[in-house]
Amino acid sequence: MTKVNLTIDGRKIITDAGKTILEAAIENNIYIPNLCHHEDLKPSGVCRMCMVEIEGQRGQIIACKTIVTEGINVIIDSPDITNIRQTTLELIHCNHTQDCNNCMKNSYCQLQKVTAYVGINQKRFERMRKIKDYIEIDDSNPFFNLDHNKCIICGICVRTCDEIQGVNALDYGKRGFYTIISSYDNRQIKDSDCESCGECVVRCPVGALYPKNMQIPSREVKTVCTYCGVGCNIFLGVRGNKIISSRGDRNSIVNKGRLCVKGRFGYEFINHPERLKQPLIKKDGVFVEASWDEALDLVASKFSSSKKEKFAAFSSARVTNEDNYIIQKFTRAVMGTNNIDHCARLCHAPTVSGLVQTFGSGAMTNSIDEFLHTKTIFAIGSNTTAAHPIVALHLKEAKRNGAKIIVANPKEIDLCNYADIFLQQYPGTDVALLLGMIRYIIDENLVDKNFINERCEDYDTFTQSLEDFSLEEVEKITGVPAAKIAKAAKMYATNTPSAIFYAMGITQHSHGTDNVLAISNLALLTGNIGKESAGVNPLRGQNNVQGACDMGALPDVYPGYQKVNNPVAQEKFEKAWSVKLDNNIGITHTEIISEIEHGNIKSLYQVGENPVISEADANHVKKALDKLDFFVVQDIFMTETAQYADVVLPAASFAEKDGTFTNTERRVQRIRKVIEPIGDSKPDWWICCEIAKRMQAKGFEFSNAEEIAKEAFALTPSYVGISYDRIENEGLQWPCPTPEHAGTKYLHKEKFATPSGKAKFMPLTYKLSKELPDDEYPLLLTTDRSLYHYHTSTMTRKVEGLRELDKEELLKINPHDARHFHIKDGEMVKVLSRRGEVSVKTHITDICQKGVVSMTFHFFETPTNELTICEVDPVAKIPETKVCAVKIEKIL
Amino acid sequence: MSEYLNHIFENFKGSEEELIPILQKVQEEAGYLSVNAMHEISRFLRIPRSKVYGVATFYAQFRFKPKGKKHIMLCRGTACHVKGAPRILEEIENNLGIKEGETSEDLEHSIESVACIGACSLAPCITVNDKVHADLTPQKIEDLFKKKKSDKK
Ligand code: SF4
Ligand code: SF4
Ligand code: SF4
Ligand code: FES
Ligand code: FES
Repeated sequence: MTKVNLTIDGRKIITDAGKTILEAAIENNIYIPNLCHHEDLKPSGVCRMCMVEIEGQRGQIIACKTIVTEGINVIIDSPDITNIRQTTLELIHCNHTQDCNNCMKNSYCQLQKVTAYVGINQKRFERMRKIKDYIEIDDSNPFFNLDHNKCIICGICVRTCDEIQGVNALDYGKRGFYTIISSYDNRQIKDSDCESCGECVVRCPVGALYPKNMQIPSREVKTVCTYCGVGCNIFLGVRGNKIISSRGDRNSIVNKGRLCVKGRFGYEFINHPERLKQPLIKKDGVFVEASWDEALDLVASKFSSSKKEKFAAFSSARVTNEDNYIIQKFTRAVMGTNNIDHCARLCHAPTVSGLVQTFGSGAMTNSIDEFLHTKTIFAIGSNTTAAHPIVALHLKEAKRNGAKIIVANPKEIDLCNYADIFLQQYPGTDVALLLGMIRYIIDENLVDKNFINERCEDYDTFTQSLEDFSLEEVEKITGVPAAKIAKAAKMYATNTPSAIFYAMGITQHSHGTDNVLAISNLALLTGNIGKESAGVNPLRGQNNVQGACDMGALPDVYPGYQKVNNPVAQEKFEKAWSVKLDNNIGITHTEIISEIEHGNIKSLYQVGENPVISEADANHVKKALDKLDFFVVQDIFMTETAQYADVVLPAASFAEKDGTFTNTERRVQRIRKVIEPIGDSKPDWWICCEIAKRMQAKGFEFSNAEEIAKEAFALTPSYVGISYDRIENEGLQWPCPTPEHAGTKYLHKEKFATPSGKAKFMPLTYKLSKELPDDEYPLLLTTDRSLYHYHTSTMTRKVEGLRELDKEELLKINPHDARHFHIKDGEMVKVLSRRGEVSVKTHITDICQKGVVSMTFHFFETPTNELTICEVDPVAKIPETKVCAVKIEKIL
Repeated sequence: MSEYLNHIFENFKGSEEELIPILQKVQEEAGYLSVNAMHEISRFLRIPRSKVYGVATFYAQFRFKPKGKKHIMLCRGTACHVKGAPRILEEIENNLGIKEGETSEDLEHSIESVACIGACSLAPCITVNDKVHADLTPQKIEDLFKKKKSDKK
């Protein structure tokens, strides 16, 4: 980097070329008054406070917009400068509420700081003072307020919402003296396009935008957000044993300080009064509080008397790697069975079963940070802004850097605002769409021949399977115009590096594995894999779903995907755990439920999950749970599923324990104990170890999470090089095979993780979804998520503000269908499928295509999954929650 | 989307610089910029709707409510100004309880101020739905609008 020498305020300094004078000053601790500058934003130069002079030049310039040049001498104070600054400042003050002592930003306010530095001419100021009409404070948002009377129109919020959040909820409205910060149609914040991320609030230099709950913490602890798989780094603030604030870690490569509404404001559940505080034992149908000894002894004795083949465990993608390691070890080493699974079965099982065949690994191949340099982003079946908000910010940033975005989604999601091409395929037709793109790429000779020859296998057999996928045919199946498909295919193949993103829209189908394979074929065909900024990226949903899989909370593998039926692996773990292990593959999540129903599984140990709401065809889950002899639920709240338990064990939340989470980009990150466990709750690993010890098992004598990590990581090849010391400040991305290894930014660089080292093309056929609309059930129901809730909302609905921002389920329906069924917006209707019925309010919107309705599954009052179908993918055993047939009845 | 918007958009490419011409065209056709129209414009031009609104509210020429049944155009030209147009405006505003650029809740009246309407010799003057009222005085205004009020009864 070229350096520039200059003098600011008499001090000689050296800085990087390209910096502004203001940046150079700030980096050298020289204060130049400023109000509209923010280091994350492009300079705008509206406040005129940073006026400086350059020796030998006439007049003043603004420091925040002037790039440094060699040898200049910057004068930051002179009578002229002071005069200009004072006048400008007086103009700001003359209609600013003078109420500093009552202001939330008192002593943090930039206006105070500038005023103290510049000084104002009291007399002149009093004369000019002209207060605008008082504007009511906009307190409509549950998390923050907007007080126009204190706004200095610096535009930082407008630019933040544009440049950082990409939502553009705010802009300047009106003009001159009456200029205000305004949403569209000057609506209240809660009725505007605002997503409540709070990014503008943390940047507002004065008391105009401020959090409702503004308390200064007595201490802060660095940890990781517990909601989604992005794994944003946060500082939780504490007073007493209470979490009172959350802020993003600006030094984190994952989120660079940014957070979504859940990460920033969604911490209230931790100290919620309904947290489980004491073990509960069901006696005569009612839960009675019990001591840990009593509860653990009971569980240990019941599990001891359970036959191994009649036992199963659900571990959890919500708990730490250490917790997952212990739970699978307990199931295998103590209970003697591989009947362990977790909710990854319901989200990314096809990713694992698909990508392991073709690439040898089911994880995201790139890191989040790489997408800034991706040229074509292809997001299919991912509502990124709602489900992975911070990844979405990276995609928007890439777009601003010149990238192209292709969105393929049955619904017109928010990301479409950024899309260059939007393909609105009919739900369940992804294989056809992708094969159509593939065939076009081959026909147009846009394939990467070298890559195919050198790094792939089975290309020829694959191309033969493309016969039926001409663009015309594909247009008929998917409903997407052929020309658009061609354009997208060409863009993806030629404007490289290209990266694919996908999520539940791809996986939650009875042919989910085929969908994943189609994606992998497309990437291989064009060589968009194994390179920086190019790859295949399944966005993992839960905070630690990657880690739960890595730690072997799956029926067929030990930690590190070592097959339970591979004798070498078996021997390794038998030696490590000093027990005999079963080499039979266990049964999956969906199979466990049906085996319970058939009376073959009698005891169930379930950690941190809520299948009564989350599983497809929820009624059959309820029926099954009733049949269990002994059911233990370990959770932080009394969930709908816990109601069915015999014993409920109170677990400590992520804020009350140490451990690690592995985020969607394979980054193993430290979470830390911020407060003492609530009530008598205990870390999940501790509870499971206690049960094991009471069953006379050896190998569970751990006194902290780090000891567990040492054992677990040593047995997991891709984690061997990771230790708490190494990830103290920043997480490491696996594979990290040795303590010297720097971690792996992107996968499959030189060779694939398959046995042959080459990637495989997979021939495919297009299969219909299992239940499509017919005369009786004429509409297709698909499921999605809201930004404001997480899964079955056991946590987010304990946060008052989130509850308020998204109150209830809405059946999204296209205006055409609404007319056809004579439905008014906001009307309550009954939605019926062959499996159940739910009453729900309607929301008429053209984001849904004709014939398709959509619901989330966040609300227990309106359990969407009582409608969905439990037809599973033959390989991955994931239920088809994205497509089923329903009808609508009016409620009379 | 309404027919007339489709029709207007046909004559534009959909690039950002066309925002103001489109706003003008829409106002010309519809008489004002409705919330729905601004939303559709933002979709057509692919610019944030907050920005469309911001730009529209920046310029005095745009109105956000339909014109009233009786649309009053007040001349702000030099001759009228000198002869007391500001006073006349004040009087109208007081009588109708709305400000310049606004439309009354019942959509009866709206006020707009314009440059010279070419009747300088009769200054100060206004038009009500194209009918010119000249040589105005505060008293005449009161009569004019009082009369209208009693008309209604
Ligand atoms: S609300 Fe805050 S950030 Fe936004 S313009 Fe006003 S002072 Fe600046
Ligand atoms: S909270 Fe976020 S989305 Fe809402 S206005 Fe501020 S920056 Fe925009
Ligand atoms: S994007 Fe995900 S990890 Fe980041 S703050 Fe939001 S919920 Fe938490
Ligand atoms: S900080 Fe430079 S103009 Fe505002
Ligand atoms: S100035 Fe009013 S009509 Fe000419």
